[in-house]
Amino acid sequence: MINRQNRYRILPLVILVLVAEITSAQSTGSGSQIATYIIAAVALILVVFAILSISDNLMQVEAKKLGSDTTKNNFSIIPKFSELLGGPTPAYAADQPVHKLTKGHDINLVGSANKEINTEIKAKTFAVKPTNFRGLSPIPRMLVAVGDEVKAGQPLFEDKKDNRVKYVSPVSGEVAEIRRGAKRSITDVIVLGDRDLSYVTHDVPAIETATREQLVELILNSGAWTLLNERPYDVLPSPDVIPANIFISTFDTSPLAPDLGFIAKGNGAAIQKGVDVLSKLTSGDVHISLDASHAVAPPVEFTGIEGAKLHWFKGKHPAGNVGVQIHHIAPISGTNKVWTLTVESLITLGELFLSGKFKADRIIALTGSEFENPTYVKTHQGANIADLIAGNLKEGKSRIIAGDVLSGKQVSSDDFLNHTDNQITAIPEGDDYELFGWLFPVIPRPSVSKTYPNFLFKNHEFEPNTNTHGERRAFVMTGQYESIMPMDIHVQQLMKAIMANDYERMEGLGITELSEEDVALCEFACTSKQPLQKILREGLEMMREQG
Amino acid sequence: MGLIDFFEKIEHKEAKTTPAKIGKTAVDAVFTFLYSPKSTTSGGVHIRDGMDLKRTMFQVMIALQLCLAFGTYNIGHQHFVAMGQYMGFIEGFHLKLIHGVIKILPIFLVTHLVGLGIEIFFAAKKGHSVEEGFLVSGPLITLIMPPDVPLWMLAVAVAFAVIIGKEAFGGTGMNIWNVALLARVFIFFAYPTTISGDNVWVSGFETVAAGVTTEYGWMHSIFNVLFGWMGLDEFVSGGAVVNGFTGATPLALANQDGWEAVTSVYSPAQMWWGAIPGSIGETCKPLIILGMLFLIVRGIASWRIIVGAFLGAFLMGMLLNAWGATPFMTVPWYYHMWIGSMLFAIAFMATDPVTAASTNTGKWIYGFMIGFIGIIIRIVNPAYPEGWMLAILFLNTFSALIDHYVFESNMKKRLARA
Repeated sequence: MINRQNRYRILPLVILVLVAEITSAQSTGSGSQIATYIIAAVALILVVFAILSISDNLMQVEAKKLGSDTTKNNFSIIPKFSELLGGPTPAYAADQPVHKLTKGHDINLVGSANKEINTEIKAKTFAVKPTNFRGLSPIPRMLVAVGDEVKAGQPLFEDKKDNRVKYVSPVSGEVAEIRRGAKRSITDVIVLGDRDLSYVTHDVPAIETATREQLVELILNSGAWTLLNERPYDVLPSPDVIPANIFISTFDTSPLAPDLGFIAKGNGAAIQKGVDVLSKLTSGDVHISLDASHAVAPPVEFTGIEGAKLHWFKGKHPAGNVGVQIHHIAPISGTNKVWTLTVESLITLGELFLSGKFKADRIIALTGSEFENPTYVKTHQGANIADLIAGNLKEGKSRIIAGDVLSGKQVSSDDFLNHTDNQITAIPEGDDYELFGWLFPVIPRPSVSKTYPNFLFKNHEFEPNTNTHGERRAFVMTGQYESIMPMDIHVQQLMKAIMANDYERMEGLGITELSEEDVALCEFACTSKQPLQKILREGLEMMREQG
Repeated sequence: MGLIDFFEKIEHKEAKTTPAKIGKTAVDAVFTFLYSPKSTTSGGVHIRDGMDLKRTMFQVMIALQLCLAFGTYNIGHQHFVAMGQYMGFIEGFHLKLIHGVIKILPIFLVTHLVGLGIEIFFAAKKGHSVEEGFLVSGPLITLIMPPDVPLWMLAVAVAFAVIIGKEAFGGTGMNIWNVALLARVFIFFAYPTTISGDNVWVSGFETVAAGVTTEYGWMHSIFNVLFGWMGLDEFVSGGAVVNGFTGATPLALANQDGWEAVTSVYSPAQMWWGAIPGSIGETCKPLIILGMLFLIVRGIASWRIIVGAFLGAFLMGMLLNAWGATPFMTVPWYYHMWIGSMLFAIAFMATDPVTAASTNTGKWIYGFMIGFIGIIIRIVNPAYPEGWMLAILFLNTFSALIDHYVFESNMKKRLARA
């Protein structure tokens, strides 16, 4: 976009032309009188607007000079577009800066989880997947063998290149199986969980007095290091790198996403402890983003966090994505690395420093139209999916997804949850022909397009299937991704740059600010059915290999 | 589900020879047109938006229908007005409509046979399905042709536009220039004597001069039989162009002697409602505006380009009004919308997403420049008093450059942060 100042430079020119037009019309005596008056009125409005905006700009410059423009408040008499369109700020969010994101799209689906924990559903086996950790060699060094008894928090394997990071068992029990995939790579290390878990206990240093090295050492040895995620590229961070900032999103806007406030209930102490630890690990700040889209304030577990910077975000999906939030709080730039954590990971980290134990308890939401009873279940990291969904699925062909419908992974029922998953979605498969489906769809379907009357039924819950609703085409439409992307990134051009292996452009257009989940909504909306997440990941891997 | 089985059987057959491949591609195109494919998502998102390229293109086709209907009727209307018969717009309705249909159908069919034929051939060669681009290019080409365009010229032009303009670049979505306008510009530059001047805009006459008579063909006589049964007026050969009738478009008149010359022949209301000679689809302004609004409301056409183009055209119109060196320059800027193809070009040609600028800022600049340059060419070009096809093709060429600078500024901003 042209910035404000540049736009005003054109104004005098426009006025000049309009004045010239008026005088010429008068001198010849021809032309419609009404048209002349209209032009005069427009010119007058423009002049007033110009005076207003120039003085407004001067005020902003002054505010910057005085140093009072630090909180990104709007020092202007003219409200920003986002303020006009973003709706009113909720009263509970008045104290901290509110980011109103006008772009985005909420996909309402049938099958959100009931706010209760079904205690009857229990997983028996749990797995740690080396494939979850990007950058880990496909065949890590195993520290246990099939048949070994392990405690919760006991290392199962380690990286051959950097053995400081330990990958630990989420539960205690017997190592049941080591599954291998292509080229003998290890895909799952499966532990048959005990009924009552026994934990490896660590000595916890006092956070206030401990050095960063001591904290890092405990996190590495306890296995909690694997909870950290480094951006760009979404990799496990190196223990040697100090992150510029740490970001945690306390809400998830993706379709049918679990309510993180519900999951965090009663874990206020662990969350606070986790934040305390993290703030000693970064050279910058711990940034917590809070949801300002609802009438009710987020729970006190989040709003009461101290020692971190709180940011309110109001907007539709993907406003809850941490990548979008980073873009608006402190964008990743240059060689800076930042860390991100999920709320569950933060709780586990806090628990470690409270009790000395690696407690990887997880509350998983079973969501989607194919579940008889969409609900929350309490289990541990890496739980077996078949155990969790047994007896709960409706008849018919359905697709099981670890995660949400936009960025989750399709899994077989014999599979295990990934280490940060907090949701299983089941939706019907859509492998059926549909007569004139592109023209007169019989079944309502979610869409961002205005050619469907969906905008009239804002709260309708859709029941979509996995049909592609069309075939893959070259990029034809423009501005489509950008209209639902609340980041200043030209997504389509970035995708083209990736396809053309243009490293300079990829970096310049902001590939390092993105992760697959951030472009998932664009991929959903894409008229040409392009696989944006796949393209983006290829680009990210290319960049990562380049260093 | 007999039909699906039939299609699936062909889908599963392996085509080895080129004709078989072309046949299979054609059948596949029909199949996906009738039935949404049963393909499911894999690897990325698990649900997909109900929007696809077929639906997108179909929106434009809907938006063009009113123009197409009016244009068809107007061919007949101009034809009879030239002979001084049925002067009222709805007098002789059936004759005007049938004459229009008889004139427009061959244009429509030739355009689609040639265009779709080439598309299917290339799709079969490349081994992918037929892309939907020509669903829109076809009707657009029909609508921007003069009613009496020789069909062989049309066929050559369409072939040129589709092969050189689109397939050479890789098909739908890859082309640099607007395909429909390329066809038009090819005809204009390859056969200038046949296509320009005052004779092509009114159908059914060799030249539009007083005393020239019209001869109806066998298609008209078939309908004559029908009309005879129903007791309606019939087509009568031998009707002559009346004295004082001019086939000149308002643009040609304005180019010669300014706005007074235009208004001495056509009233502003007549130009607004569209009962004037011109390219088939360009004459009726309210219907074009309806189509334009439809596309904007449905989110298909970019309102930024449209608004930008109007701003550019108005600004240039005012500037030239102020200069006023030639009679054409003194035509009031707000009347430029009334004459020629300005509205049609801005609504349906400039907004082609493939050839337009892709960024929001770029769209403003692109639209503005089209309006600005379009009026310059229209007024200053002595040879041909219309500028939109040239202005749009010119900006098509530069749209990538405009975007380039938008991207550069985005990249600079990001680098400055580091």
